[in-house]
Amino acid sequence: MAQDGSILTAADLAGNGAYGNDPDVHGKFGIFGGRYVPEALIPALDEVASVYETAKNDVGFLREFDHLLRTYAGRPTTLTEVPRFGEQAGGARIILKREDLTHTGAHKINNVLGQALLTKRLGKKRVIAETGAGQHGVATATAAALLGLECVIYMGAVDCERQALNVARMKLLGATVIPVTNGSQTLKDAINEAFRDWVTNVDTTHYLFGTVAGPHPFPEIVRDFARIIGVEARRQMLELTGALPNAICAAVGGGSNAIGIFHAFIGDKDVALHGYEAGGHGLASGEHALTLTAGSVGVLHGSRTYVLQDDEGQTIESHSISAGLDYPGVGPEHAWLKDSGRATYHGITDAEAMEAFSLLARTEGIIPAIESSHALAGALKLGRELGPEATILVNLSGRGDKDMGTAMKYFNL
Amino acid sequence: MTTLQTVFAKAKADNRAALVGYLPAGFPSKDGAITAAAALVEAGCDVIEIGLPYSDPLMDGPTIQDAVHRSLTNGTRIADVFRTVEGVAATGAATLVMTYWNPIDRYGAERFARDLASAGGVGTITPDLTPEESGPWREASAAAGIDTVFLVAPSSTEERIKAVVECCTGFVYAASLMGVTGARESVNVAAEGLVERTRAHTDLPVCVGLGVGTGAQAAEVAGYADGVIVGSAFIRRLLDAPDEAAGRAACAELARDMAAGVRSHV
Repeated sequence: MAQDGSILTAADLAGNGAYGNDPDVHGKFGIFGGRYVPEALIPALDEVASVYETAKNDVGFLREFDHLLRTYAGRPTTLTEVPRFGEQAGGARIILKREDLTHTGAHKINNVLGQALLTKRLGKKRVIAETGAGQHGVATATAAALLGLECVIYMGAVDCERQALNVARMKLLGATVIPVTNGSQTLKDAINEAFRDWVTNVDTTHYLFGTVAGPHPFPEIVRDFARIIGVEARRQMLELTGALPNAICAAVGGGSNAIGIFHAFIGDKDVALHGYEAGGHGLASGEHALTLTAGSVGVLHGSRTYVLQDDEGQTIESHSISAGLDYPGVGPEHAWLKDSGRATYHGITDAEAMEAFSLLARTEGIIPAIESSHALAGALKLGRELGPEATILVNLSGRGDKDMGTAMKYFNL
Repeated sequence: MTTLQTVFAKAKADNRAALVGYLPAGFPSKDGAITAAAALVEAGCDVIEIGLPYSDPLMDGPTIQDAVHRSLTNGTRIADVFRTVEGVAATGAATLVMTYWNPIDRYGAERFARDLASAGGVGTITPDLTPEESGPWREASAAAGIDTVFLVAPSSTEERIKAVVECCTGFVYAASLMGVTGARESVNVAAEGLVERTRAHTDLPVCVGLGVGTGAQAAEVAGYADGVIVGSAFIRRLLDAPDEAAGRAACAELARDMAAGVRSHV
């Protein structure tokens, strides 16, 4: 969002290539990205890319998106300084970007509002989506209800159980939730099933992809719609502290909230970018979702990126206490940021995340999503490393209401 | 060795379409896949596609997903896929591997092409490898002397069809419908139009797959295509049979029906 009262600009949306990391014509970020999909889907992907290209430079589209972000999603979201939490982080100045305060409770609403508007421009009446934690499913169901679109959500059966509350929310919002019972019954299998639906119903249906992964143009479109997080935060940091932060911390599953807050800072070379993946039970246990930290380059869900795979290219099932980070792939732009050295990626175990989850609740009265708790745990470590002079911006990507079942079990509440 | 070129030339000389059968390696068992494919050849399949089981088969319907899942649970590895190819090629059928791209990418394109050629394989079908990303694979395949088959779909524009067929050798795979693999009540009417549109851009044989499950459907498709591809219908027979021998017999019966179909095209 530009200045108060003015509308979102095309530069807010895409950064206009200022950072040299917009994908090329084939959707490549260096060697990453591209399209590895059945030929049947190519025309639909081309259509989405072309409609988006027109929309992002169309004042009418930007005005409509801006209006929904302000009056429906509740943007701009505020920054909150958390000194009591910061005491535990080596005294560093910790500032949260409060995406948890958006409508539906997580940053996912930004992307779905943008893509739901695109769906209308595509002339399609039905949206499908995959969901892990259920946040993207809830956000999609919300946007579909708002804009009068039919909505079908694919969700791994295991995740349906872990996130029963979100399943009920989606149903209440008028969506059909289809539990996916094949494979690991989590996010990756929900994505497979959504692709199968899409190739069958592509004439009437837009696949409202929920993260910065998948075939081109999804990594670019989802990033652009999530980018508002960092655009706002950059301006707000300058207002609040008079300077840019020393570091930014964000959780990385597929990577949309992280790219959303990182992207506007990529040109600010003094701002360190830190992504935190789900370490599950730890690297040595083999039960984790450390795609960038411990994976290898391959192709998953239509894109070349880092993947958890065995020596013959079979996907290895990931593990995390947080359904939203439980994914064996990652967005290609993160792969590019990692290899170029511009961003650094680390693992946070289930235990470390749950400790940060509880700490933020007790010290600041904010219950974060377990996904976001990985970024908070990262900030605790980083603050201790950098000391009290450091200012660290953390993307609090979602709220923890949906995680109360997990928390009750974990903490014996 | 039987090549795709000799198969299609012979079928053309006989004034019929070729019959192409698909089975995944390692299903219903490692040896069972070879004997089942051999039964298909004996019953009249000219070409066999051996599927390389992959953990995320996003183009496949429930039947192939089920078979592939069982195969992976049985511990099927790429070495088993090559052993299967070797066993099937020994029957005299032209034998291809159908695989998603990532297993080849991980194995190494040149190494995969070389090992497949050594096993007697004549080529690959790679349903998620687009022309834009296919360069390294086409080079490796050409060096190893194997064919590269890619897919066109009813949604393909003329421009896309042209780009795809320029990457194909051996034949072009025309997906009859917008959807995943699996037998259907009827073959999509769009298939014939797609074959015609494809022929405008290539002299290669054009084979139709997706949704073909009966001899009558095979006859119908043989009326306009150079080859008829059948997968899920065979796998369904194997899944439903009480044991491997019964499954093999049921597959052979269906293959004979199909083989008659491609010879009596309408």
